[in-house]
Amino acid sequence: MRRWLNTLVNARLRAQIVKELLSLLRDPRSRLVVFAPPLMQLLVFTFAATLEVRNAGIAVYDRDAGRWSHELTARVAAADFVKQVYTVRSRDALRELIDRRKVIAGLDMGPDFSRAIAAGDTGIAQVIVDGRRSNAGQITVGYLNAIAAGVGADAGRDRRNTDPVVIRHWFNPNLIYRWFVVPALTGILVFFNALLITALSIARERELGTFDQLLVSPTTTLEIIVAKIMPALGIATVLGLLMIALAVFVFHVPLAGSFLLLLPSLLLFILSVVGIGLMISSVSATQQQAILGAFAVGVPSVLLSGFATPVENMPQVLQWAAQLIPLTHFLVIVEGTFLKAMPAADIIANTWPLAVIALVTLTLATRFVRSRLQ
Amino acid sequence: MSGATAHIASGTARGRGEAAVVIADVAKHFGRVEALCGFSATIHYGRLTGLVGPDGAGKTTLMRVMTGLLVPDGGSVTLAGFDVVEDNDAIHIASGYMPQRFGLYEDLSVLENMRLYARLRGMDADQHAATFEDLLDFTRLGPFTSRLAGRLSGGMKQKLGLACALMAKPEVLLLDEPSVGVDPVSRQDLWRMVRELTDDGMAVVWSTAYLDEAERCESVLLLNAGKLEFDGPPRELTRRIDRRSFRLEQVGAARRAVLSQALNLPTVSDGVIQGDAVRVVLRADAARDAIDALVAETGAALQPVQPRFEDAFIDLLGGGPGGTSALAERFDAVELESDIAVSCRDLSKRFGDFTATDSVSFEVRKGEIFGLLGPNGAGKSTTFKMLCGLLKPTAGEAQVVGRDLRRATGAAKSQLGYMAQKFSLYGLLSVRQNLDFSAGVYGLQGRARRERIDEMIETFDLQPYLGTSPDALPLGYKQRLALACALMHRPPVLFLDEPTSGVDPITRREFWTHINGLARKGVTVMVTTHFMDEAEYCDRVAMMYRARLIALDAPDALKRGAVDDAHPDPTMEDAFIHLVQSADLDAQARADASAA
Repeated sequence: MRRWLNTLVNARLRAQIVKELLSLLRDPRSRLVVFAPPLMQLLVFTFAATLEVRNAGIAVYDRDAGRWSHELTARVAAADFVKQVYTVRSRDALRELIDRRKVIAGLDMGPDFSRAIAAGDTGIAQVIVDGRRSNAGQITVGYLNAIAAGVGADAGRDRRNTDPVVIRHWFNPNLIYRWFVVPALTGILVFFNALLITALSIARERELGTFDQLLVSPTTTLEIIVAKIMPALGIATVLGLLMIALAVFVFHVPLAGSFLLLLPSLLLFILSVVGIGLMISSVSATQQQAILGAFAVGVPSVLLSGFATPVENMPQVLQWAAQLIPLTHFLVIVEGTFLKAMPAADIIANTWPLAVIALVTLTLATRFVRSRLQ
Repeated sequence: MSGATAHIASGTARGRGEAAVVIADVAKHFGRVEALCGFSATIHYGRLTGLVGPDGAGKTTLMRVMTGLLVPDGGSVTLAGFDVVEDNDAIHIASGYMPQRFGLYEDLSVLENMRLYARLRGMDADQHAATFEDLLDFTRLGPFTSRLAGRLSGGMKQKLGLACALMAKPEVLLLDEPSVGVDPVSRQDLWRMVRELTDDGMAVVWSTAYLDEAERCESVLLLNAGKLEFDGPPRELTRRIDRRSFRLEQVGAARRAVLSQALNLPTVSDGVIQGDAVRVVLRADAARDAIDALVAETGAALQPVQPRFEDAFIDLLGGGPGGTSALAERFDAVELESDIAVSCRDLSKRFGDFTATDSVSFEVRKGEIFGLLGPNGAGKSTTFKMLCGLLKPTAGEAQVVGRDLRRATGAAKSQLGYMAQKFSLYGLLSVRQNLDFSAGVYGLQGRARRERIDEMIETFDLQPYLGTSPDALPLGYKQRLALACALMHRPPVLFLDEPTSGVDPITRREFWTHINGLARKGVTVMVTTHFMDEAEYCDRVAMMYRARLIALDAPDALKRGAVDDAHPDPTMEDAFIHLVQSADLDAQARADASAA
């Protein structure tokens, strides 16, 4: 413990931390790597990359032209997600529109659609979906179903007074997509930020030859590693806090849980990522190798983390692999803290894996630096 | 001369001595840097012209202008009668250009590389079998045609580059620093080949930062900081210091003090150490009495000597620096626990099946300047890195002040100052921040740290550059900064890896003044160099060749061993070639013995 404290305050370490910070902040390229991608990704993810279907085109082939087919067409046209409704006169025209991607789905109502409803039967309308866009297509079918159910309910209300099933979404009652994406983005951006800063750090020195200079000096391997951790930890923490502030004050995502629990989890998360970055850096001979290494680790990490697809849906082997990724655990913590006030016990259940990953990766990085001397 | 070259030379009817390249008021600048400051010169057919100067003098820029790769900002250049800008296409046919790092494809064999260059030149490789044969014969690469270019030695790579540049039978051959990274024996081969080409009427331009190579050229263009300082036969320049060059002989152990005293005399313009002697150049029209007094005082013998090109260059620039090192003055006399500062025993390093260092042993005494000398790839750097704990030996052990630095504590490592190849400085930090960092990483704090940094700024005159990045510094200042950083903590042992490569001769003089001063204070200096004449400053020199230590002795003793009829007064380079050749003979004899 005393050795640790000595390490933390001595002049050699201070000089190195100052050096690390200066070389990060004085280098226009590093500044770009550190600050530009987070801002860009924030804009891209929150405004462009959305899982909701918006601005969709829908074709309507109305062979009925009765009261209820008009009603259904009008409601579809008025729906938020629809940009334009194309009225077609034949199945071929409908096929053509889907083929040319003018519309994502077509609604085909038979000649007896209104009659059947008026007679108290079920009016049948067929939905034809563009299977090439399966995900968006399914969501569209869901929206159309809801509209049709509404029409059916109104038609039924004429005779029987039955309410359709009402769905309530907990934690995010209006299913606002940003509520989900912005907290997750906090994790992803901090992840890439810390990973890139550290992956470049040792490789840069090795490329320039200054690493040898450092190794012959009286500084210890532990000091070298600590000096490389500090700036990354500092900058990534600032970035993480900034993202949280943006989420709360700009995007108005409710912070239901405890910020005081979120902060230490964030620090542990960054430490575990810093360990991975330093491991990559210590085995890379050039900065180019380090960047390739960082992306080779980073991209699969995001895919497996449960950001885009739930971890529970993956094959068992990948579920295990996902547990080794710091981002997986942090996403659970950050989503849980923001939207559902996850209790402390559940947060700790997800922080101790982060602590273990940090310990293992940082130890390995120190080992690698030392063994490079051999 | 030989039958082979008859096919290689262009066979044009141009007479020797006619103008091959005419340079008229050529100027080129990059941003605010004046690379070429507007000068005129002429290069002739049938002559070897040296383009000589330190790094950053403008040699490569001029080369690239002559080959039409760069458009000059002012003036014009005509090559073989073609304007390099207007008739750009013709230039590529009339000239052969070998850049510093020739673009060989390392994954192709020697022959495949040659065929590729022939095709790039629009030649049908199959119809030029005779040319290929001549070139292989000429470069003596015949036995290696199927070897991958990446696996050739530095010298053989240059020869292959030369073969490719000669492919289209150029009238003018431009070689950009062909001798860098080439061992002295291969270098002699290159000289021989170039001489055969000029004998056949080709104009050859040989650019180099080694000033001693200028003496081998028939004509020299001497560049310094973008200016043409001299144009003519090298002898014409050296004649200027003809009766002003002397050697103070038999000064032995006192040579560093004698040099320092001599350089401080106002009548002495330049001086260096040569083994046990001190070589001085007097200023033009200087009186002899001051130096005579020094000779009498030290009991030396004053001998007039042949002037050298490098000395003449320094005299041309107004003389070298003084003899006192302000840096060494501030050092306290060094105390060490042991008399042996650096030692290694049976030190070996293998990378896979490649042996970089093979069973090297030596001991360096306290206060000694110890040189590791050898061509690139001989194992100098590997040995060096094992000594200071940056590489783990495959076998044997290395110690600095009695400790293995790989396992040593911080205190033991503080005994060492290290200046890496190419002056590894933090380019992203300013000069001031670099100094701060070096002081901090060696644990200097508070007032001691401020004082030491100020001292370095003052000694090395760094004040005007404190806010700049080391990358933007002139090479000489970069070297000063690197030395300041390495000496910040006043180490008793100093490791210098190629400390003067590419640096101009005046800065090199200044550098050695510091090193000599430090050695007199008892600092032990380990230095690697490929400047053969710099080995003269060392107390003892270890010569490395193909991973082995082939000789270890005082410079004078090494030179004495190489005396023969052809070389009555051999240089260090002659001594090295002599040793390499006998080492090769020994290896041959051993191989024959084991075969029998």
